[in-house]
Amino acid sequence: MTAATHTANANLKTAIMAGALAACMVGMGFAAVPLYQIFCQVTGFGGTTMRVSEAQAATVNAAGKQITIRFDANQRGLPWEFKPERPTEKVTIGAKDMAIYLAKNNSDQDITGTATFNVSPAQAGQYFNKIQCFCFTEQTLKAGEEVRMPVLFYVDPAIMDDPDANDIEEITLSYTFYPVDRDEKGS
Amino acid sequence: MTTIAANPGDLHAHDDHDADHKPGFFARWFMSTNHKDIGTLYLIFAITAGIIGGAISGLMRLELAQPGVQYLGQWATWLSGTEASWDQALHMWNVLITAHGLIMVFFMVMPAIIGGFGNWFVPLMIGAPDMAFPRMNNISFWLTVVAFIMLLGSTFVPGGSGLGAGTGWTVYAPLSTSGSPGPAVDMAIFSLHLAGAASILGAVNFITTIFNMRAPGMTLHKMPLFVWSVLVTAFLLLLALPVLAAAITMLLVDRNFGGAFFDAASGGDPILYQHLFWFFGHPEVYIMILPGFGIISQIVSTFSKKPVFGYLGMAYAMVAIGVVGFVVWAHHMFTIGMSVEMKMYFTAATMVIAVPTGIKIFSWIATMWGGSVSFKTPMVWAMGFIFMFTVGGVTGVVLANGGLDDNLHDTYYVVAHFHYVLSLGAVFSLFAGFYYWFGKMSGRHLSEALGHLHFWTFFIGVNVLFFPMHFLGNQGMPRRIPDYNGAYAYWNEVASWGYAIMGVGVIIFFVNVAYAFIGGRKAEGNYWGEGATTLEWTLSSPPPFHQFETLPVIK
Repeated sequence: MTAATHTANANLKTAIMAGALAACMVGMGFAAVPLYQIFCQVTGFGGTTMRVSEAQAATVNAAGKQITIRFDANQRGLPWEFKPERPTEKVTIGAKDMAIYLAKNNSDQDITGTATFNVSPAQAGQYFNKIQCFCFTEQTLKAGEEVRMPVLFYVDPAIMDDPDANDIEEITLSYTFYPVDRDEKGS
Repeated sequence: MTTIAANPGDLHAHDDHDADHKPGFFARWFMSTNHKDIGTLYLIFAITAGIIGGAISGLMRLELAQPGVQYLGQWATWLSGTEASWDQALHMWNVLITAHGLIMVFFMVMPAIIGGFGNWFVPLMIGAPDMAFPRMNNISFWLTVVAFIMLLGSTFVPGGSGLGAGTGWTVYAPLSTSGSPGPAVDMAIFSLHLAGAASILGAVNFITTIFNMRAPGMTLHKMPLFVWSVLVTAFLLLLALPVLAAAITMLLVDRNFGGAFFDAASGGDPILYQHLFWFFGHPEVYIMILPGFGIISQIVSTFSKKPVFGYLGMAYAMVAIGVVGFVVWAHHMFTIGMSVEMKMYFTAATMVIAVPTGIKIFSWIATMWGGSVSFKTPMVWAMGFIFMFTVGGVTGVVLANGGLDDNLHDTYYVVAHFHYVLSLGAVFSLFAGFYYWFGKMSGRHLSEALGHLHFWTFFIGVNVLFFPMHFLGNQGMPRRIPDYNGAYAYWNEVASWGYAIMGVGVIIFFVNVAYAFIGGRKAEGNYWGEGATTLEWTLSSPPPFHQFETLPVIK
């Protein structure tokens, strides 16, 4: 019987280790959500824009070449009017530029929303630097309120040295506003 | 007949019976804890699922035999009982391709090759009395059955545009979330959860059995290659399936609880789902083929009457395929818009897999080289496997190129590729294993003549069926679409005739099985003779209900 007990114990130990490995992989599966977000933020993968401080932005010099920025605005699940002040702007690579988005709450309730964002083509993401953006924080619009929301950004001159990105002539910056409290979405 | 003396003090903590005592019918088959009985149940289940999944592909080939949409409307009408709209007819197509993919992957190949042959022969080959956790083994099997019923049931409930889940086997968001309201996709996802849980439990069982219950002297480096292949597969299951479980759980949250994991308009990312799916999905294709590699190694060695060439290389090639298989997933998603550097990495990493795979192919050939080869049915299936898998492997190297894949992505070239490695690779290894071990499992011989006839009909059928798909893909025919340009009509008709030939082959197979049970010769213990050297051939055919109560000692 001792041999049998010994084997049973060893089996239980192996099974627990194997089960723990599977449980870890479930955890890894869910951990992939924040990890993927961090990966995108660090590398600009999938057109994720970069965030820089004023101090970092001050060290960049304008490079001379011009590039077109197209501004795109969408909203999903909230009664806001949301649009760019101007659809396109020509900016000099490396020069800071301010774009204005207009948002208006058409409902009779205060609504808090936040904006998800990225740029197209995707390989421009790592060169699109935002110094200030309404998308960094949640925005609350009172009933009927209309606001002007700025984005302060520049295109990193390093884009001209990247063989995958130096032929880009137009970058589309896209925002989609969605409600923060998803219960209010009503879907 | 090897009759082993009952020794109650031995390794049978799980069972009160004596060695030769079989429980009654219900207890034996519905409450089974015997690895051989559970293996048999798995094989019966897989054959049943294979008939259903194969019939569904027959419907698909019927619809594709000519351009235009001929039958989908009728089938959708038949399914729902009311006149089907155009959208419902097209949804029917999506349901068919989804069901075919999920059934063949999760309910045919995996239960047959891991649950069936793995359960039957891993304990026998390592000289163990049974699996480490016989009751857990039973749970694995019945969970799989429930999962299958759940998937079939999903066909009868609404899934968006029509009845059933029409998401493809990949269940990509947002089609599977906002694109498919209704309970069908939820049921399909639950089905995957259950099948996944069953496979994880099975994997834990195999790992424990192989690590702890080998007979004295059976070191890891003396284990038969089939056992090695199941061990590697079990680890792949353990590492890959939980990630799928996490991903499809997130789908459920997105679908039912207002989540936004994969909803781009609410800060999520549908590409993340693809990454998670293929992190599971690529190892999954090795899960389906590695045990096949193991079966082929046993058979080629047996019928060449030689030990397999480069045993250690063969074992570690499978380990290498398993390891590298986890870092190549994004080659399934080259078209999502990734940078050239990422494409280069995933292209190169994918091509690296051709090295261990090549080691295996050449080692099988080297095993045959100079051997005294006898062309029994299992051997012709094994050689058919080597040929087919090489064709599928070569197109795999083509598809691995990120640049070429921009053109070939989602075309019939991809369909041809993965059917050559799975429908012809994995399925040929299943048939090879079936012909190799049927006598051992049932105690009766299949007919050699019918076996050869089955092989040649099936071999010609599947090649006529799938080879033209290379041409269609190169011409740009997209997959997953029921209608097509008239320019693709010729090769589609040829492919559908190929299906018919293959179908005849399958009928011959069932005739052969029926023949064996009715009039087949009784099989002796080692009916393949001197080449069959693994432990299962030291036992009677079929083996006693409980074997190896006195453990064999391997020198």
